[in-house]
Amino acid sequence: MNIIVCVKQVIDPEAPPSSFRIDPATNRAEMRGANPVIDPYGEYAVEAALRLKDAGGAKVTVISLGSNLLREVVKKPLAMGADELILLEDAAYDGGDSYSTALALAAAIKKIGQYDLILCGREASDTNAGQVGAGVAEILSLPCVTLAKRLEAGAGNLVVERVTSAGYDVVEVGLPAVITISNEIGEPRYPTVKGIMAAKKKEPLVWKPTDLGLDASRLGSAGRKVKLLRLYQPVYEGRCEFVEGQTPEEAGANLAIKLREAKVI
Amino acid sequence: MAENQGVLVYLEHREGKLLPIALEGLGAGRRLADTLGQRLSCVAIGSNIAQLASQAIAAGADRVYLMDSPELADYQPDIYLALMGQLVAEARPQVIIMGHTDTGREIAPRLAFRFGTVAVTDCVELNIDNTSGRLLATKPVYGGNALAVFSTDTDPQVVTVRTKAMAPAVPNASRQGEVITPAYKVEPSVVRARIVRRVLAESAGVKLEDAAVVVAGGRGIGGAEGFKQLEDLARLLKGAIGASRPPCDSGWISDTAQVGLTGKIIAPELYIAVAISGSSQHMSGCSGARTIVAINKDREANIFRHARFGVVGDWKKVLPAFTAKVKELLAS
Ligand SMILES: Cc1cc2nc3c(=O)[nH]c(=O)nc-3n(C[C@H](O)[C@H](O)[C@H](O)COP(=O)(O)OP(=O)(O)OC[C@H]3O[C@@H](n4cnc5c(N)ncnc54)[C@H](O)[C@@H]3O)c2cc1C
Repeated sequence: MNIIVCVKQVIDPEAPPSSFRIDPATNRAEMRGANPVIDPYGEYAVEAALRLKDAGGAKVTVISLGSNLLREVVKKPLAMGADELILLEDAAYDGGDSYSTALALAAAIKKIGQYDLILCGREASDTNAGQVGAGVAEILSLPCVTLAKRLEAGAGNLVVERVTSAGYDVVEVGLPAVITISNEIGEPRYPTVKGIMAAKKKEPLVWKPTDLGLDASRLGSAGRKVKLLRLYQPVYEGRCEFVEGQTPEEAGANLAIKLREAKVI
Repeated sequence: MAENQGVLVYLEHREGKLLPIALEGLGAGRRLADTLGQRLSCVAIGSNIAQLASQAIAAGADRVYLMDSPELADYQPDIYLALMGQLVAEARPQVIIMGHTDTGREIAPRLAFRFGTVAVTDCVELNIDNTSGRLLATKPVYGGNALAVFSTDTDPQVVTVRTKAMAPAVPNASRQGEVITPAYKVEPSVVRARIVRRVLAESAGVKLEDAAVVVAGGRGIGGAEGFKQLEDLARLLKGAIGASRPPCDSGWISDTAQVGLTGKIIAPELYIAVAISGSSQHMSGCSGARTIVAINKDREANIFRHARFGVVGDWKKVLPAFTAKVKELLAS
């Protein structure tokens, strides 16, 4: 089985909210003092691919799109056990929305040519849009299942458990297909020392827009369908009343009294 | 391009009733349609759903499209998507509103791509730009650390709206509207991903989405045992149990208890957060609560920026005393 996983580099979503800043000059966000990471849901997608590889053998190819991609970040899927890494790295890919990003990824997937399964995270931690997987499926006219928590390969098809708010759906889908992965799939594995060494030696392929046969006007910010008009931080007044006590137990009891006085309970 | 007209709301329903998200969509849609001076339409897909029309009209719809057929009884995303595609091609709305729910999350992006555009998902505010007449869609990004305002020049302008973010329509039974059965074709061949079974995780007691009180635990609870203590408190307050993501991922509590950006969005009267740091992704799901109370051993934890009342301390010591006192106060 040939599996392609799409995963990108993001600012660390787990850094404390207090370190979050928007640079008004560039309208870009940063986490002060935190290094970029591989997108967490993309990492779950890598894990899903590696489990299929463990179960029945597969070649796992990872595609990352962006600019200024830190090799130690984007190579993490290789260190986890993926086989190949393709970078769509060029300023032309920069600043895209789900539309131009899906377009470039679909072109890269077509160029790879051989694929049974394409996996994406359910949503990226920066845009929180959850559309690239769906877009790739539509552009390539492939079936699509979102929010998967379990994948099981059958004969020419895949049985997918899709998370719902009330439980889950069991979905059968023919291959090739696009599946987006949710965290319920289970914790991504840690890279092994051997994996890290192998990843260090491996040089990613870098594909420029011309390699994809796409004009720069359709990529990145130039190819956007949605325009970002404003990006801002909501303000919270922070008016917490701390309830104290001589001991933690007393503080707990005082909290109950406080809530009663405030008619909260 | 901007030749499309009107607003189209996708109606979610169960057992012959519109769900709250449908009323929220109609509430927002009515406001946008009035601003545009255009029609508010809506569409319901299912079987035996004729009674939805009067509910939707009372809730503000000028026109209701019903796709009502026994073969549509069960939700199949590929079929529902194809039907939406047929309707949108015919009705040509400027704006399409779906809920940011299991269905909307799945269908809206694919629908948008089929019309050569993208959706804006999980919107918390919708407005019409006075000069351009285009939809301005505000959505949280970076896990809720920031808000972004988006617009597009391409029709349809597709959005999904966050649950409980839009003021719901207030039904008025005297309103008038038309009911239309549009021409549509159900082609079984479009189904390439088929739902073969729907599994419901059983939840005893009050439903998390509907609960007035939610007692939620985080990573600091440390195990399934701790959640038993939270359940005692929840029961006492006739509330439901919730969690941040790590306890769900660790199997201490059901996945359906997850509150947040990628879990449930709730707005209870009281949200008691125990050993939860208050990440922006988690707060996305509970910041609509009227009162947030936090117990956390770290005074600097972000949760205290959102909480109205807090105790800094080890929950293992604070919580039992708190629960005991609550019990005593409720009895008196
Ligand atoms: C795209 C994306 C989507 C996400 N969606 C969600 C979501 O929907 N919901 C969600 O919750 N998370 C979500 N997350 C994860 C989120 O970023 C955080 O990792 C998560 O919310 C942290 O959960 P927590 O607060 O329980 O854990 P932590 O951040 O580890 O906090 C644990 C807290 O417990 C306190 N504590 C520890 N021991 C004790 C003790 N004995 N007594 C008192 N306090 C104690 C600590 O001081 C700390 O504040 C998402 C992440 C991403 C990237």
